[in-house]
Formats: sequence, C-alpha cells, structure tokens
Amino acid sequence: MEEAKKTPLIRLSKRDAMDPKKVWAIRIGSILVALIIGCIPILITGNNPFKAYVVIIKGSLGTSFYLKQTLKNAIPLLGCALAIAPCFKMRFWNIGGEGQITAGAIFASFFAINFASKLPHVPLLLVMCLAAAIGGALWAAIPGFFKAKYNTNETLFTLMMNYIAIGIISWLQGGPWEGRPGTQQIPLFDKKAVLPSVFGIHIGWIIVLALVVLMHIYMNYTKQGYEIAVIGDSYNTARYAGMNVGWVMVRTMLVSGAICGIVGFILVSGQNKTITSNVANGVGFTAITVAWLGHLNAFAMIIISMILAILTVGSSYLQQVLGVPSAISEIVSGILLFCMLGCEFFINYQLTFRSKVKKEVKA
Amino acid sequence: MQDNSAIELRGITKRFGKVVANDSISLNIRKGEILSLLGENGSGKTTLMNMLSGIYQPDEGEIYAEGKRVTIRSPKDAYSFGIGMIHQHYHLVDVFTAAQNIILGLEDEKMDISKTNEEVKKICDKYGFDINPEMKVYDMSVSQKQTVEIVKVLYRGADILILDEPTAVLTPQETDKLFAVLRNMKADGKAIVIITHKLAEVMAISDNVAVLRKGKYIGTVKTCETNPQKLTDMMVGHAVTLNIDRPKYDNPQPRIEIKGLTCVDAEGITKLDDVSFTANGGEILGVAAIAGSGQKELLECMTGLYPIKSGSIEYIVPESGERKELVGLAPMKIRQLGVGMAFVPEDRLGMGLVGSMGMTNNMMLRSWKNGKSIFFNRKNPEELAKRIWNDLEVVTPSTEFPVRRMSGGNIQKVLVGREIASEPNVLLTAYAVRGLDINTSYAIYNLLTEQKMKGVAVIYVGEELDVLLELCDRILVLCGGKVSGIVDARTTTKEEVGLMMTSLGGKEEK
Repeated sequence: MEEAKKTPLIRLSKRDAMDPKKVWAIRIGSILVALIIGCIPILITGNNPFKAYVVIIKGSLGTSFYLKQTLKNAIPLLGCALAIAPCFKMRFWNIGGEGQITAGAIFASFFAINFASKLPHVPLLLVMCLAAAIGGALWAAIPGFFKAKYNTNETLFTLMMNYIAIGIISWLQGGPWEGRPGTQQIPLFDKKAVLPSVFGIHIGWIIVLALVVLMHIYMNYTKQGYEIAVIGDSYNTARYAGMNVGWVMVRTMLVSGAICGIVGFILVSGQNKTITSNVANGVGFTAITVAWLGHLNAFAMIIISMILAILTVGSSYLQQVLGVPSAISEIVSGILLFCMLGCEFFINYQLTFRSKVKKEVKA
Repeated sequence: MQDNSAIELRGITKRFGKVVANDSISLNIRKGEILSLLGENGSGKTTLMNMLSGIYQPDEGEIYAEGKRVTIRSPKDAYSFGIGMIHQHYHLVDVFTAAQNIILGLEDEKMDISKTNEEVKKICDKYGFDINPEMKVYDMSVSQKQTVEIVKVLYRGADILILDEPTAVLTPQETDKLFAVLRNMKADGKAIVIITHKLAEVMAISDNVAVLRKGKYIGTVKTCETNPQKLTDMMVGHAVTLNIDRPKYDNPQPRIEIKGLTCVDAEGITKLDDVSFTANGGEILGVAAIAGSGQKELLECMTGLYPIKSGSIEYIVPESGERKELVGLAPMKIRQLGVGMAFVPEDRLGMGLVGSMGMTNNMMLRSWKNGKSIFFNRKNPEELAKRIWNDLEVVTPSTEFPVRRMSGGNIQKVLVGREIASEPNVLLTAYAVRGLDINTSYAIYNLLTEQKMKGVAVIYVGEELDVLLELCDRILVLCGGKVSGIVDARTTTKEEVGLMMTSLGGKEEK
C-alpha cells in the first residue's frame, strides 16, 4: 500500500528545444540501435548478423549492377515522397500516391501505345510526361475538391481512389490494351516510348533530382509554399490572412498529383517499359514513410529513400547468398523504421526516473 | 501548526523544462476559512493547486493532509483526502443532466438517479445553490454549469474546495451569488481556496490572502489588515499606478457605420441580432458582454471572416467621406479595398499568428501576397520583425524563434505590433490583455491609446469592466447578440454596465 503511494517509477516531461546537433546524433543513434536489435532475428535463423549486414551493403552498393538496382528502387520512392510532402505540410493526409502514380502511368501509356508510330522519340516522351502529370493531377484533385467543398475525409477518399485506378489497369490489361489475346498483359512499349539512360540508369534520376531542388524552392521561397505552411499550422490563421483555403487545397493536390503522375511515367517508361496493375507496387505508401522520416525536407528525403532502397535490394541479395528468408529482412526493415520514428519521441520528451528525483531532493 | 489545518504544503517546487513554475512554496490551508491565492497570470497559482488536485506531482516538497504526509497521484487520490478542484474550463457532458454529471465516474454508484437527485437537492438547499438536478447541461448558463461543478465536488465529500478563477465568466450579479454560497460553505467548516487576480474580489470574500509572484511565495496576509494597493505591491513587486491615461481626441469622425447586422451560426442559432452602432476615428469603443454574447462574431463579421445574414457595414473613408460597403467581401478583398482594418483576434496562436513560425514569417501574414512575383518578399517583414523586437521589447532569442515557444505577453506584443505597423484606420482587438501581466497590459493600453490619438477607430472587446471604464471613450454593451446600449465610459458605473450585460437595456427582468 505504501509502495503504491510513491511517485511513479518513470515520468514523462516535455523537453525544451534541443541542440540540432544532438537531435541528429539521436537520429543516427536510433539507426545503430535498430541494427543491434535487428541482430536478434538474424541470430535466430542461425546466421552471423555482422556478416549479414555486410552482405546487405555488398548486395546493394557493392557492384555497379547492384548500385543501379538500388538507385532504380530509390527513384520512385523519392519522387512520390516529394509529391506528398506539400500535402502533409498542409496536414492534408494524401495517402493516394499509389493511385495518382497509377493514373499518371495510364495516361502516359495511352500515348506510348497509340502514338509510338506517329510521333518522334523526344516529342513522344514529352507528351507522355505531360499526359502523366495531367492524369495524376486530376486523380488527386478529385478528393481535394471534395475536401475543400464538403469537408470529406481525405484519408479515406484518397485511399479509395487507389483501388479505382488499379482496377482500371486490370480492365485495360484484359481488354482494350491486351497484347496477344489471352495473355492478360500489355505488350512492351516501342523503343521510342522508353526513357533514355545516362550513366546506365534511365534519366528518371535526373528528373527526380531536379524535382528535389524545385520542391525545396517551392516549399520554402514561394507564396504558394507559404500558404501551405500557414494552412498546415492553423486553418483559421490562413483565413485571417486572407488565403482562399479551399483553393489552396485543390491547387496543392494538383501539384502533388502531377508529380505522382510523373513518377508513374518514369515507372512505365523507364523502369518497366510497359504497364501492369501493380505499377505503383506500394511506392505510394512507402513514400509516406520517406516523407515523414525526412521531416518533409526535400534533401533529407534523398538519404531516407536511399536507406530504404538499400534495405530492399540488399535483403533480396541476402536471401540468395545466405539463405536468410526475405521475411527476416523485412523484420529488420520494420525494426529500423520503428526506431527511426520512435526516436522522435525522445527528442520531444524526456524520462525522469524516481531514484533521480530523490537524489535531487537530498541535494 | 494549528489543529484546524486542512492541508499544508512545504517547500513545493515544480518545473516545466527550464521554467520554474513553483519555487519552494509553503502554504497552509485551514478549515472554515477562505484563502485567496493571488498572483498575476503565470505566477504559478494554478500549477500549485493542480498539485493538490492530483493533476501534477511536485518535483520537490511535501504535502500534509491533517498533519499526515501524503502523495497525491491522481484526482481520485485527491478526493480520498477530501480535496476537490473546480477548474476554469468545465468538464461536463452536455447531453447529461446535472445529476448524471455529478455521479459520472463514481464506481460504487448503483445509478439510482432519483436518490442522487434527492441528495443533490439536499446539498443545494444546505448551501443555497440554485439548480435543478434534472436539467440538461446544454440548457444551462455558464453560472449554472459552474454550480454543477461545485456540487459535483461536494457530492464526492470534498472538505477542501479549490476554485480556479471562478468569476472570470460570471456577471457581477452572479459573482455575488457565488460568494454568498462560498460563505455558507465556510460557515460549515469547509476550507476554500480561490485562485484569482481580481483584487476587488479578494477583498470582498477572503479571510486570508496568499500572494505568489513569478512562481515564488511572497507571503500571506489577513484580508482585514491589508488593502488593494498593498496587495498590488506584493503581486507586482513595486508600486504601479492603476490609472490608465485617457486623453481626449479633438474631433472624432464616424469611421465605421453598422446597421441592422444579423448573423446566424452553422446550427442556426442567431449570434448577432440587428446590431447597429457607429465607431468613430479617434475613439476607443469598448465592447462589454458576457462571454459568448456575439462579440467574437461581431469582429469576425467586420473582417469578412463570418457569414452575414443581413445588414450593412459601411466604412467611411477619412477626409473624402466616401462610403464603402464591406458586407459580402472576402478578407483579402477588404484588405485590397484599402480599408486599413487591423484585427487582433482572441485566439492569438489559432488565428492571429502561426505558432510554429518565427516573428519574420508571422509578419508576412499581412504582406505575403504583395507584388506579382511567385516568390515572397522576406526582406521587409524581417525589418519589421526586428523593429517590433526592439520597440516593444519582445523577449525572444531571434526573429526566427517559433512564437509558440514565447510567453503569452511576448506573443501578444508580436501580434499587436504587427497589426499596428499596418497603419490601420480601424483597429479591432479581442481580449487584447487576456493572460498578460500588469506591465504588458499597460504597454498594450498605451499602444491602443496612441493609435486612438492618431485618429484610428479602435474597438476594444474586453472582459474586465474596470479596464473598460478607464480605457474606453464609449462602451457598447451586448446582451445575447443584441445591443443592450451604448454608454459614455467617463460617466457610467460598473453596476450599470453589469446590469446591461445581463438584461437588455439594463432593466431587471421578471
């Protein structure tokens, strides 16, 4: 009974602003902690964790072939994270990157399939890119409009739009765009509809890096970026400042969707050279993690998308070499995300232990 | 110490990060006594009492109940020691009746509502409360809700009642009623603590006054042996004159003319009903009303933020006398019309400023749209931020430091500073000094008076009648969304305004 009346063993309290260096030290520390915890599942499968990590690095960055694989993996992740960053800054939870990528891919594919013989190489690619941007933008603007006009829930709305877009491809695959009847597949694009390569990787990487710079400028130096930041902090302050909140929402979704659409174009034209119903393949969701872990900072997102790509590509190599089931590497990725997100808690709060409090009283 | 000690605090310290909210405070609360806990906003009164009611735990120090050392870890613990707190913001379920709210959360209750109703009635009769246990909370006035909170605490057997700013939302008449009840409870041997910063009330109700200043305990004095001037000295540390300078502007001219303004909220409730008045340049027009009587909507209508059902708001251009209709215009349009309307809203961080941004980016809220470029101009806002930082002595490490992390007074200086810097012709302020210490409050009064002497039409929505009477030239009194009357602030009395706030035109109903 007496024991129960004591102050709690651990208490939480909010921290003051931390030194940015210390903040980054904690974030890097969290990755180390994750790698240490990650040893446990690897040990359980009877492998040497240190060796496993070396294999992951080797299998993702070791040779130019693996490096290219990793970069190809990172490109769409980064692109889509850039796209949803302004929405998240506005506290508009666009989890429809998947659908917007798919919509962009459909629009681009339409021109790839129907105009390859009619247009020369570069104009065809430009038309595809533009069409993809428009397709993604329209797909995103629909939930944006309904949110602005009727205050619908954007999370559910954007999520549902994903399934509609994927359903449309399934229909195209088996119907109008089917290659040989019965294959349920859309044939490979004509060479003219395929993105050229620079340094052995399709130029999607240049497009995405350009978008990093543009997004950084857009978010930090333009009036539109300012509007987004104000709305994200307080809807009423935005109204007070004379901003047209509804229009800004629709406009931001147009921008976001257009970039997602371009990612879709890169995927079909650069990566897959055709379109399938899983063209987005979870990118729209993983990109949320990238954007969030990067604190919506365009440059930080480059690093985060690379880390996630290294894990994905490296772990498939791990499976081949050491026979570690891919499920184990997914567990390790999960631990990593958990620690990286969890460390934010310790940046904002501190724990006080009972014994420490008592010492203070005596002192 | 004495046998009648109900609760004793010894050396209580509480820190929030770097801020020391309470610094080694010792205090004795006795049965059959009313203790006022007096201090400016932010002096740590509420924090101290929250440690008694189990919301916070002290970092250092000891609490004794009836001479025994205790640890209070939750409000439930607090009740077990007979401590009950009535918070500033009520925690009631709107769709429940008074009695249902009172037994809410009691575990060993058999939910016998009729028995509860009886017991509640018994408590009410004993102390002179006036509520119907079967009334739903959404039908209640603010004062009735407060009564429910008090009865709730008594029902749980509290002998020590802590009331946090109980009169903030009450009219003078309701305050008198509350005090009568408190005196009955005192006679019954209850220990009562009132947290307040209103000196008049301290003098009227309490036996002892404990004064806190900036988290430190200054001392306890007997009310009968002190006076407001002495208490003010204890509160602020040095003597301040309570007089607000009120010069007269030579030639006030009509600046805003409102006729038949009516507006309705989303639920269809009329918020403003046929409101008409004129605000003059070179004059501070006070608006006095009980919270929620339409004052907030009035200011938001004038700035284009609230939908207007009918009526007109005309802006009269200085010198030319040309009239411009503002009804139906978006906030940006009103600004572009060159009206020069500055607005200090009630919700500083939720409407007037962006909490996560620094001073510079907050200055941009007024100027962000200027120019044709797609990029914003940050140079002028930065200069403005630096000027306000210096001129108004804003305490902040830099103009990039998030305003959310500043103290309330500094936040308000940033907001008022920005609005005044826009060189307005009309300046609207809502609760401009709420939560500010005395020195900052006076700094704000001076800024408003300065604007008035420049010929600006200032509208000051306030809550402290003393201030309204000393600061304003005329006072518009609202009651239930209607104009109850407009009085000359130099000749009216507190009682007159108080009466007008509760009944239209100041006539007693019934």
